Amino acid sequence: MRITFKGGVHPTEMKELSLEKAFEFLPIPNQIYLPLSQHAGKPARLIKKKGDTVKKGEMIAEPDGFISAPVHSPITGIINRVSSITTLNRTRTNAVIINRNDNDEEDFMVPLNTESVTRQEIIERVKLAGIVGQGGAAFPTYVKLSPPSDKKIDYVIINACECEPYLTRDFRLLLEKTVELIAGLKLILKATGVSTGIIGIEDNKPEAIKKLSSHLKEEKNIFLKVLKTKYPQGAEKMLIKAVTGREVPPGKLPFDVGCIIQNVGTAILVYYSVAKGEPQINAFLTVSGLGINNPKNLVVPIGTPLKNIIDYCGGLKETARKIIAGGPMMGYAQFDLNSPVSKATSGILVLTEKEASRTKESNCLNCGKCLSVCPLNLAPTRLYKLTRFSKFEEAIDMGIQSCMECGTCAYNCPAGIPLVQWIRFGKLKSLALLKQRTN
Amino acid sequence: MSNLENQSVNLIPKLELSSSPHIHSRYTTQQVMWLVNLSLVPVIISAVIFFGLYQLIVIGVSCASAIISEAIVKKIRGAEITIYDGSAFLTGLLLGLIIPPNFSLTATAIGSAFAIIIGKELFGGLGYNIFNPALIGRAFLQAAYPVAMTTWSKPNFAVDTVTSATPLAAFKFDKIVTEIKPLIIGNVGGSIGETSALAIIIGGIFLIGIKIVNWRIPLSMILSLLFFSSIFWFIDPLKYPNPLFHLFSGGFLLGAFFMATDWVTSPYTSTGMWIYGLLISLIIVVIRLFGGLPEGVMYSILIMNAFVPLINKFTHPKIFGEGK
Repeated sequence: MRITFKGGVHPTEMKELSLEKAFEFLPIPNQIYLPLSQHAGKPARLIKKKGDTVKKGEMIAEPDGFISAPVHSPITGIINRVSSITTLNRTRTNAVIINRNDNDEEDFMVPLNTESVTRQEIIERVKLAGIVGQGGAAFPTYVKLSPPSDKKIDYVIINACECEPYLTRDFRLLLEKTVELIAGLKLILKATGVSTGIIGIEDNKPEAIKKLSSHLKEEKNIFLKVLKTKYPQGAEKMLIKAVTGREVPPGKLPFDVGCIIQNVGTAILVYYSVAKGEPQINAFLTVSGLGINNPKNLVVPIGTPLKNIIDYCGGLKETARKIIAGGPMMGYAQFDLNSPVSKATSGILVLTEKEASRTKESNCLNCGKCLSVCPLNLAPTRLYKLTRFSKFEEAIDMGIQSCMECGTCAYNCPAGIPLVQWIRFGKLKSLALLKQRTN
Repeated sequence: MSNLENQSVNLIPKLELSSSPHIHSRYTTQQVMWLVNLSLVPVIISAVIFFGLYQLIVIGVSCASAIISEAIVKKIRGAEITIYDGSAFLTGLLLGLIIPPNFSLTATAIGSAFAIIIGKELFGGLGYNIFNPALIGRAFLQAAYPVAMTTWSKPNFAVDTVTSATPLAAFKFDKIVTEIKPLIIGNVGGSIGETSALAIIIGGIFLIGIKIVNWRIPLSMILSLLFFSSIFWFIDPLKYPNPLFHLFSGGFLLGAFFMATDWVTSPYTSTGMWIYGLLISLIIVVIRLFGGLPEGVMYSILIMNAFVPLINKFTHPKIFGEGK
C-alpha cells in the first residue's frame, strides 16, 4: 500500500497545462509595489525614504520584532512613494512603490562557503535574506530553523508534495534545481543540527522522483519518500503523518513531534542566500488555468502587479471568470489586477466558469461525505450547523479551532454547502469566545 | 502602468470573488438522486417479469403522486419547487416497490402523498426528515389497508411449491421453508420490488461502486442478520429458519441496500453506521421470530432512524492528533 494519511480527495490535477513549461524570467517591470508585510508576523519597518535610490537586493525595510522579515528591493530604481494596497491575501498593507531605472546594479550579501559555514551563520543569513516559507503561510524561515532548545528534532522534511491541483512550480524546481535543493536541505540540516533529511513527494511526479533518486544515491542521510497523490497530502500534519506516522496534536506544531517542514522553494532560497548572497527578491510561480492564453512557470520579481504577469502569459481569455492567487483549494480570489506578487505566492490561476462552477446550494443530507474525507477527522457538517445556530461552545468542543480550512469537505459536498466559509466564521466567533474565557 | 491609488479602476466585470475552495467534485444532490433512481431499474425489470406490466402503472402512480404532493406543499409554503432534484421521485419509486403487486391505485396515490407530506415535507423537506419517507408511507398503508397490504399475487414462473403467500408468512404460519434459489431469482410471493435478491444486489453493488451507498450499512446489516439468526437456528433448526432464508427472503436486501442507506436518515460516522446496521438486523430477527408479524424490516429501520442523531452524537471520531 502507498504511504499516505486517512481521508482526503483527488481532484482533477490539471497540472498538464504547465507541467512541461520550464521556468522563464518575467521581464523586469517598470514599476513595482513592494508590500512591507509579505510574511506572517509584524510588517517590516521601512529604512529608506521617498526619492532614495535602491539597488537590486538592497534591504529597504528591516524586521520589526522576533517574528518578522526584512524586505529587499528586487529591482534597481527610485522610491516613488509609499501607498496602501491590497495584497493577494486580500488584506490591506503599505507598499513601497519603486520606479525602475536603467541601471541594473546588484547589491547582494557576501557569498559564504557552503562547506565551512557555521550553524549560526546560516540562520543569520536566512534571517537577513528575508526568506519566508514557500508553502503559503509565509512564516519567517529563520524562526523555523531555531526550534526551542527543549525540543528534540529528528527529521527535516522537505515538502515536495505540491498537492494543490494546477500548480507545477515545485515540480519544475525539483527538475531544474535538483542540486540546489539538496544543497539547501543540507544547509538546513546543518543549521538545525538534525541528521536525517526526508523529501516527501507525491507519486504523480515520476520524472522528478527519478531525477531526485539519482542525485540522492550518494547521500547517506537524505531519503526520498514517495507518497500517494491525494489532497491535502502537502498539509504539514498530513505529511508528517504519512512520512513518520506521528500525529501533531491540535494546537501543536511540527516541532512538538520532532519534525521541521520546509518547502522545496524555501530550501532552494536558503541555498541561494548562503552560496550566492542573494536575498529573497523573486517568487517562483505557476500561471495556469483554462482562462489564460499561455500557461507558464515564471520567476517573477516580488512586487510585480498581477497585470504584468497576465499580459506576459498572453492575457485573459473571454471565458475567464475567476483569478486566484495560490491553488484552487486554498487560494484567494482576486479583484484588483494591480495587486502585487509577494514572497510566498505559489501560483496565479485564471479559471473559467466551467472549472470554478459552484453547485447551487441545497439542504444538508447528512450524507457524511465531509466527515469521510476530512483529514483531521472533524465533522464539518456538524461544525457548520453549530455555527449556523450560534452554538459556539459546542463547536469549540468539537474541535472547530483545529480546522485548517483545506477545503476538502466543501469540495466533496454534493449539496454545495459553503462549509469552509461557515467554519471560518465559526472559528472567528469561537476564538472571540475563547479569549473572553481566558480574561 | 496605471495608478495604484485608483484601486477600483481595474475591476473586471463578472469576476467571481467567492472564497476557497474554488473547485468542486462532480456529484450534486440532484445527480445522486437520479443515480439512485437509475440503480433501481433492475428491480423494476424484475417486478415486471414476475408480476406483469401492470406493476409499472402502480409504480408510476406512486411516483406521480409523490411529485405532485411535493409540488403542492412547496407551493403552499412559498418555497422553491424542487421536484427536479429526483428525491420525491425516489420516495415514490421506493414506495411503489414495497407494496403488494396489483395494489389499489387510489391507495397507492394516498400512501405516496402521505410519505411526502407527512414523512418529508412536514419536517422541513429534503434533509430534515427523521424517518425514511417511503417507509412512513408504507407504515401508513399497513395501518389504513391492513388486508390489501397482506394480499399477495402469485408470481409468474412460480414453481409448484410456491404459494401466493410470502415466504416469510408461509414459514411463520405454516412452517414452510422456501428454497434459496427462487428467493434469489425472485419468482416468489412478496412486494412488487422485494422478491428478486439478484436484481437488488446488482443495483446495490452499483451504488456502492459509485460511492453513493456506504458499504458499511449493508454489510453490518447482513453480518448481524446472519449472526443473530444463526444463533436461533443452532438452538432449534426445526423451529427457526436458516440464516440464508432470512437473508434472501422478505424485504431484507431491499431494505439493506436502498432503505437503511438513505443518507438523510442514517448515521454519518463510520462507527455509527456499524452500530445502526447491527441493531436494525437484531430488531428484524426479533420481530420475525417472536413478533406477530412475519416481516420486520420496515419497523426495524424506522425504529433505528429515530436513534440516528443519538448514534451520531456518540460516535464522532477522535480529532486527528488526539490519540487513538
